[in-house]
Amino acid sequence: MKKTISKSTWMTLLCTAALLVLVVLLENVLDPNKNIMVFTALKKGAVYALVAVSMNLLNGFTGLFSLGQAGFMLLGAYTYAILTIPVSQRDAVYYIYNGSAVNFSLPELLGGGAFGLVLGVVLALILGGCAAAAVAWLIGLPVLRLKSDYLAIATLGFGEIIRAVFQWDKLGPVTNGANALKNFPTFSSFNIQNAGGETVLRLSTFTAFLLAGICIAVIVLLINSTYGRSFKAIRDDEVAAEAMGINLSKHKRLAFVISSFFAGVGGGMFAMFANQAQAKTFTTAMTYEILLIVVIGGIGSVSGSCIAAFLYVAASEWWLRFLDAETFVGGFKVPLLRNGFRMVVFSVVIMIVVLFFRRGIMGDKELPDLFKKRRKEKAK
Amino acid sequence: MQYAISILLSGVSLGGQYALIAIGYTMVYGILRLINFAHGDVFMVAGLMMVYLTASLPLAASIPLVLVLTVLLGFIIERAAYKPLREAPRMSVMISAIGVSYLLQNLATYVTGGLPKMYPEIPGISATITIAGAPTKVVTIVTPILVLVLVLALTQLIHHTKVGMAMRAVAKDFETAQLMGIRINAVISVTFVIGSFLAAVGSVLYFTNYQSIVPLSGSLPGLRAFVAAVFGGIGSIPGAVVGAFIIGLSESVIKGSSWSIFSDAFTFALLIIILVVKPTGLFGEKVTDKV
Repeated sequence: MKKTISKSTWMTLLCTAALLVLVVLLENVLDPNKNIMVFTALKKGAVYALVAVSMNLLNGFTGLFSLGQAGFMLLGAYTYAILTIPVSQRDAVYYIYNGSAVNFSLPELLGGGAFGLVLGVVLALILGGCAAAAVAWLIGLPVLRLKSDYLAIATLGFGEIIRAVFQWDKLGPVTNGANALKNFPTFSSFNIQNAGGETVLRLSTFTAFLLAGICIAVIVLLINSTYGRSFKAIRDDEVAAEAMGINLSKHKRLAFVISSFFAGVGGGMFAMFANQAQAKTFTTAMTYEILLIVVIGGIGSVSGSCIAAFLYVAASEWWLRFLDAETFVGGFKVPLLRNGFRMVVFSVVIMIVVLFFRRGIMGDKELPDLFKKRRKEKAK
Repeated sequence: MQYAISILLSGVSLGGQYALIAIGYTMVYGILRLINFAHGDVFMVAGLMMVYLTASLPLAASIPLVLVLTVLLGFIIERAAYKPLREAPRMSVMISAIGVSYLLQNLATYVTGGLPKMYPEIPGISATITIAGAPTKVVTIVTPILVLVLVLALTQLIHHTKVGMAMRAVAKDFETAQLMGIRINAVISVTFVIGSFLAAVGSVLYFTNYQSIVPLSGSLPGLRAFVAAVFGGIGSIPGAVVGAFIIGLSESVIKGSSWSIFSDAFTFALLIIILVVKPTGLFGEKVTDKV
């Protein structure tokens, strides 16, 4: 038994490494300026994959239906941005509030240069996660006592509260009020340049994949641990789980805090992707988007969430773009195609999935499970 | 003083408009145990229909037509998106509701091109009058009266007709009601019809006050109305009305103060507090969870 587990682990690691190498190759062979869509989709997909997996940990594995994901992402994004805007840029970003109240920047504090950048960004992301986790712990005290849809609506409300607080102009010197935070290190900062300022090796998409990959790996390890089994037990039957000696409130809080931590990290990465952090982007609509990704991928499947995140982002940002453009085929104007039609088609597809393919792409299976089944069939 | 009166008036009318939406939430929740996330968007679509219908039809024809079409929309949504999932876990239905809401919003964005639409002036209720020195629209006065009339009619319907009795039975116990020969699907459809009708009336009143409609203008009033329904005790119609007036008043008071950015935050904070302190709301019945 032990041998097979390590074998499949090795396989997973190998596949992930191969994927990362592929991403680096792809990014350096294709010209990103000509294929903006591809790389936007890949980066956003990586970020959404992480957030979707973090939501799945809560909704799919612990059975806690929370809709506060956007709020936690906001916390992560702001923490990341506030901690990493270079000191020289602070006055420009916070020009309305005559400079920022926070006058240091982690990458510079850690010595600057490539080393400082990597360490500073990672540290800021982790701190962003911690901020989200700390708030989640506080919120969890009252909210986690609620059941199913009450929990959903309470966490949804919490997301709205957070958004209002961050737009409050009394906090302006820290959060820049309703204005965007920008000029902080983004994924593109990780492209390696030579002395002449030319980009030698593009690593921006790779960075997104690596960060998301590490976080998802940690979540998978957690799901496969005793804690993960307790979470699943709580999902399947709370009363039975409690009778088996699982401390319900402790485990629920743990799942909530960990999920929020990774949502916070994902929020920081979203800020890196979007080149800015602004409270008004992290709306309930964003939570719904992520929820729909989780549903399409299959509630309770990590690999399903990842696949669905890339499919969702690629479809909405890239493949269905043509639906938004007015098209003429030989002088004949194709009806209906006009700005906004893409999202209509897209939401119809989502409704079809929700209604008729309720198990999503993967159900509650993981990608390696599919190969296992095939191998068994071959053995027969 | 003048300022206080105008805030009070707008709070009361806002409360009345929320009450009409909140009843839709509370009735559906009472029967299906479903937060109908699409309800706020039905309200928004009703507003948009009005904009497009008045462009080509006289007002006297378009108002009844909006009411009928909204009712039809509510009915279709229930049949298409919720009925197939009746046996599914509650969360799937809720996700389906979120999907419908997403669909309606995107559809509205497509039709309007994402631009804000101006709601037509309705003669009679759009006019401005002055009460105790505070200028306001007639709709502010009409709303609470209309809400009162509609709520009374609704309570009569629920307590004194056969359909109403069936609705109460279904809300009490879904399966037993089914065994007793109540046609569940018909009852649920009636619930959605009533809810959508009230939402359509609410949208006429609401958008006469706040004239611009964007595809997202249904989502926040919808959520606030839902909070009102929870606040008053979900499943209870008087509760929803009282809750809605409280939410409407507090929103207009906060919007009038220097804390205006926190008006929604306050609403949701109220929700979290009531859920933690008294989950059944002000007028809710005690429910014992069965193991």
